[in-house]
Amino acid sequence: MSAETPRTLFDKIWAHHVVDTLPDGTALLYIDRHLVHEVTSPQAFEGLRVAGRPVHRPDATIAVVDHNIATDSSRRTGILDPESRLQVETLEHNVVEFGVPYIPLLDARQGIVHVIGPELGLSLPGTTIVCGDSHTSTHGALGALAFGIGTSEVEHVLATQTLLQKPAKNMRVTVDGKLPLGCTAKDIVLAIIGKIGTAGGTGHVIEFAGEAIRALDMAGRMTVCNMSIEAGARAGMVAPDQTTFDYVKGRPHAPQGEAFDRAVAWWSTLPSDPGAQFDKEVSLRAEDIVPMVTWGTSPEDVAPITALVPDPAQAADETRRAQLQRMIEYMGLTPGQKLTDLKVDVVFIGSCTNSRIEDMRAAAAIAKGRHVAEGVRAMVVPGSGLVKLQAEEEGLDRVFLDAGFEWREAGCSMCLGMNPDKLTPGQRSASTSNRNFEGRQGPGGRTHLLSPAMAAAAALAGHLADVRDWQPLGSA
Amino acid sequence: MKAFTTLTGVAAPLPAANIDTDKIIPARFLKTIARTGLGKHLFANMRFNEDGSEKPDFVLNQPAYRHSEILIAYENFGCGSSREHAPWALLDFGIRCVIAPDFADIFHNNSFKNGILPIRLPREICEKLMEDAKLGGNARLTVDLERSVVVRPNGEEIPFEIDPFRRHCLLNGLDDIGQTMQHKPAIESFEARQRAAQPWLYG
Ligand code: SF4
Repeated sequence: MSAETPRTLFDKIWAHHVVDTLPDGTALLYIDRHLVHEVTSPQAFEGLRVAGRPVHRPDATIAVVDHNIATDSSRRTGILDPESRLQVETLEHNVVEFGVPYIPLLDARQGIVHVIGPELGLSLPGTTIVCGDSHTSTHGALGALAFGIGTSEVEHVLATQTLLQKPAKNMRVTVDGKLPLGCTAKDIVLAIIGKIGTAGGTGHVIEFAGEAIRALDMAGRMTVCNMSIEAGARAGMVAPDQTTFDYVKGRPHAPQGEAFDRAVAWWSTLPSDPGAQFDKEVSLRAEDIVPMVTWGTSPEDVAPITALVPDPAQAADETRRAQLQRMIEYMGLTPGQKLTDLKVDVVFIGSCTNSRIEDMRAAAAIAKGRHVAEGVRAMVVPGSGLVKLQAEEEGLDRVFLDAGFEWREAGCSMCLGMNPDKLTPGQRSASTSNRNFEGRQGPGGRTHLLSPAMAAAAALAGHLADVRDWQPLGSA
Repeated sequence: MKAFTTLTGVAAPLPAANIDTDKIIPARFLKTIARTGLGKHLFANMRFNEDGSEKPDFVLNQPAYRHSEILIAYENFGCGSSREHAPWALLDFGIRCVIAPDFADIFHNNSFKNGILPIRLPREICEKLMEDAKLGGNARLTVDLERSVVVRPNGEEIPFEIDPFRRHCLLNGLDDIGQTMQHKPAIESFEARQRAAQPWLYG
């Protein structure tokens, strides 16, 4: 490739991190940041121990617990579930043995790994970031190449700070225009997944571009990149711009002073060159997006809140018909039913998709001065201890508590059925998380994915609701 | 890692698309600190009732398929999480090869790293193999990695494509870390250059 060939954001970050190339084209890729949590790391540390290998760069590594911890006051008195406790204790033991920096459970900075990376300035533009968790794609919002890895690769990065990788293909999803009232980053990404499907991005890294993406704040960009994995992509990214630089500036691990200016000068060269080639292009008009909600058990089974439950009789082929039938049964739906008629038992506002301060504000704006419907359990779980503190400073905890929501401690919580926050069989939830697979929030649980504002509206209405009918009180 | 050369065994038919990692191993079984022992939870929600008893209809509960070593499935196998528990559970159960029209990226990658061979074949061919698999013990499939072919019970050979590097590692049971260690000087000089240009990434 000549120096003049226009390159994409992905191409540039990739080229910057190739340490060596194997004869067959596999690259040895340098990893700048490695985030570690309790679920996918025990077997990796064990592998190191067995082989007598140290952690190559503890200073590029940070560990935190998030997946299987309680999000209520019981966390202060120890973890009840013996298996969860063993995983957390194993991590605590490993970080000491291998000298890896660790944020303990009761530290104010503790939180979901994909919330704290950007928050602490560990995730920076132009870097390569990995974690043993598929939603590592979140950090791509900073203009980084960030992707999830398995435990063998966690071990590989711990031992060598590199990964053996084949380059991904480039895909660009452009969203031009302005988002209508009631629509958020979550509705954008659900609309994209609805359009391209859960395998639409397979083998690709998606760059999200266009006016509507540029207009998003960093939290919104993280929401979009977070769910690129649900679109099948290896990673998602947004080119760094002034919004990015303003967000990064002053964060504890970000470059400071003169180094920051030097960094910005470099980061400004990263956006895709005009004329760069993408292997696949998709575009959407922001004006066409409506508040979205999933009705099935795959994120691609998503529809505008104004839609009806689909009828399997109208499916294109036999495979799809069987699939629809199965989903409708599992989800306890009736074909032709209005989505807004679906009563919810639980509302979950949280997860690495939507638990940042901006998400808390969006949900609180709708909840303020109103009350959760009878019989609904509504929980708000901030993504980190720092988000929680900030929200409390702004009085959002009072807004939620007065409205009948629970205000909890940071963690993955009800995003996955791994800690005490779980659905019971048959319960229906409106959830701001990213996966609606069968049993994801607990065996037999029925998940509808939506935005924080839509989740708040569902909590108040007691059923899935159109947030446009629940605009903040006092607003015109 | 166990080397993979040639495998002849019973193939279990799982005629569904989008078999995700939550189906392969539900999140509640991820609280382990060892790589082994997960086979008993493989496909737990499809395989067992809530009281722990077996669902007799599920393929792996049928006598012919209790010792399956190959799985045949449809599109987007292994989508969902990056958890390596999915290939660990398959491996611990005894599955060494999955054949499907396509795989989710991370699962595909994780499989190779654990000595499981994921084979991509067009949907029409998977449908044929699905029919073979339905014959259970009467229709063993052979997967010959040295020659990169799947041999159907009727003797027909179906060639498949595989990345040469992955093939080499699987055939020899090579672990990646050992290989990468040979590049240590290149890694160190990369670090020296990067530390000079972006010192904030170090320390
Ligand atoms: S919040 Fe959910 S998706 Fe995000 S890291 Fe935790 S479990 Fe995974």
